[in-house]
Amino acid sequence: MSQTPENRASPDAATQLDIYRRMVRIERNDEFTRTQIRRGRITAPYYSARGQEVIPSTLSNLMTDDDVICTIYRGIHDMVAKGMPLRPLWAEICGRVDGTCKGKGGPMHLTHPETGVMVTTGIVGSSMPIANGFAWASLLDGSKRVTIAYFGDGASNIGAFHESLNLASVWKLPVIFVCSNNGFAEHTRYENGTSVDFISKRAIGYGMPGYTVDGNDPFEMYAHAHAAIERARAGEGPTLLECKTFRFMGHVFGDNDAYMTKEEKAEALAKDPLVLFRQLLIDTGVATEAQLEEMKAGIEAEVQDAIDFAFESGYASVDELRRDVFAEEIPA
Amino acid sequence: MSADTAEATPAQAGEMLKMTGQAAITAALFQAMEEDSKVLVFGEDVADREGGGVMGTTRGLSTKFGDLRVRSTPIAEQSIMGAAVGAAMAGYKPVAEIMLMNFITVAMDMIVNHAAKLRFMSGGQSTVPLVIRTLTGAGWQTAGQHSDHYEGWFAHTAGIKVVAPATPADYKGLLLSAIRDPDPVLFIENSRTLFVPGDVAADQGPIPLGKARVAREGTHISLITYSGMVANCLAAADELAQQGISAEVIDLRTVSPWDKDAVLASADKTGRAIVVHEAVRHFGPGGEIASTIQEELFRKLKAPVRRLGAPYSAVPFAKVLEDAFLVQPADIAAAAKALCEYD
Repeated sequence: MSQTPENRASPDAATQLDIYRRMVRIERNDEFTRTQIRRGRITAPYYSARGQEVIPSTLSNLMTDDDVICTIYRGIHDMVAKGMPLRPLWAEICGRVDGTCKGKGGPMHLTHPETGVMVTTGIVGSSMPIANGFAWASLLDGSKRVTIAYFGDGASNIGAFHESLNLASVWKLPVIFVCSNNGFAEHTRYENGTSVDFISKRAIGYGMPGYTVDGNDPFEMYAHAHAAIERARAGEGPTLLECKTFRFMGHVFGDNDAYMTKEEKAEALAKDPLVLFRQLLIDTGVATEAQLEEMKAGIEAEVQDAIDFAFESGYASVDELRRDVFAEEIPA
Repeated sequence: MSADTAEATPAQAGEMLKMTGQAAITAALFQAMEEDSKVLVFGEDVADREGGGVMGTTRGLSTKFGDLRVRSTPIAEQSIMGAAVGAAMAGYKPVAEIMLMNFITVAMDMIVNHAAKLRFMSGGQSTVPLVIRTLTGAGWQTAGQHSDHYEGWFAHTAGIKVVAPATPADYKGLLLSAIRDPDPVLFIENSRTLFVPGDVAADQGPIPLGKARVAREGTHISLITYSGMVANCLAAADELAQQGISAEVIDLRTVSPWDKDAVLASADKTGRAIVVHEAVRHFGPGGEIASTIQEELFRKLKAPVRRLGAPYSAVPFAKVLEDAFLVQPADIAAAAKALCEYD
């Protein structure tokens, strides 16, 4: 396990601000989502990623529109960071016809190819084997497109992780395996389900670089994400990034966190990456408090607009049950 | 016929070639890869460095089309199918080989939760035009983890087509169609029929999916079948003819979506039907077909619709048990005779 990539890249002021803007979009979107659920306006299981904003925000800053992601049911932050427009995102969360998937996928299964969100899986570990296919296509196309597979620490114990890292390494695929290690696989504490102290160590077994990164530190994340993306673009193969973080809202909305101590949660909340980064941007003169408040207000207006759009949208006709099963409608 | 000759033979209209189903598949793969640069072939041992497949079916492809389009994989079915799903969504047409049908169980999540469902779950944005080629069938004493017919599982899953040819011409024509199809297709190769030579037109083109074939015309009873059991039904029809019973044999070719029109037309004509498959009878595809016939033709039937399939057990090893496990021509003939005498 190496801790630092060579040729460490550092985000300039504009990049820092862009990363922060993506984080605020994720956080505001998450807050508004939980509010709508609490009010009973959305009936869907919701897997909040509050606290994990830095990881996709940094990676997305470094990705082009051409690059693609395969993510998981706790993945709306990955999509928001990648730039998925909020109106169809919200309509999908609400099960409406104007949603990205016409209400046929829901919050666990958003797809939006225009912004590179190629698949969102509800099956733990399944983002990785599919990401390899996209990465193989990049080699066939002769393109520089990079694919990112997002997953959690729990998924590093499922077979798909191991098969995928092996194949990606043997085929030198331009893919980055991004593990958000939030310390819990559903309700099971990391060490009770995982054989190694650092998931990045598993990269050694698959002949690829693996790094354990403070996933709540935008500068650490930026350096490692930059190195991994550059390595993939240069045709040098895959990287495993283990990004240490914490989920503030438990496994699923309504989770009472009985499996963690109050102290460890309080400690994590005290180090909220959004609060810390905001203060840093002000302290270092990257932005003023007023500028950041204005940014937040603009984002809140965007989220509210998306919510209004979603609830004004209708539901798909029941004919949709027969459509998209195959390209052609086939009576069965 | 080797892969090399399949490639070298120029197609001439009207010319008939004798080849096995395996050679027909090889020829179809050469043709599809030639016609469309997006077609990929991959799976365990498929490249020439590894011998062009354990059975040699993909021999010659990597030499002709290169190691990036024709790739041997690790023995890791989940990652094979995952790569197929991703490459298909990225605009390619992967033909992934899962060496034997039982090994598909290792890749079920990728096939059932992803390949079959992503078009629907994405509201039509994702397309997954992949083909899974897989070999199976009892008769070689390979027992319960190397010879099962699991097509029923996939026919039950909305979003994936299931093709199960019985003749060399169909192996070629249906594979060409499966590769061109915009949706995932499971292509089942039966180990008892794959190596039996038959006529294939030199210019054999695609044969549409979902269309059955009348393998033998008859008037007294319809034997509805597919894959390896077509041969057993044809043998049974020969036996029945000697007893004055004229059996019609319908080869479904595609298990899902199945050709209801052809099946109902035949059963309507004869008034009697038996669905015959190698898969275990219990909850097998025969149940769906038989009940549809009864729902649609209740008053026209002269006898109950029957199903013949394997007993509710794993495929056994010992030859005597394996023979008893498979539906034999004599079993089909006896069941047909009983239905023709039904009163």
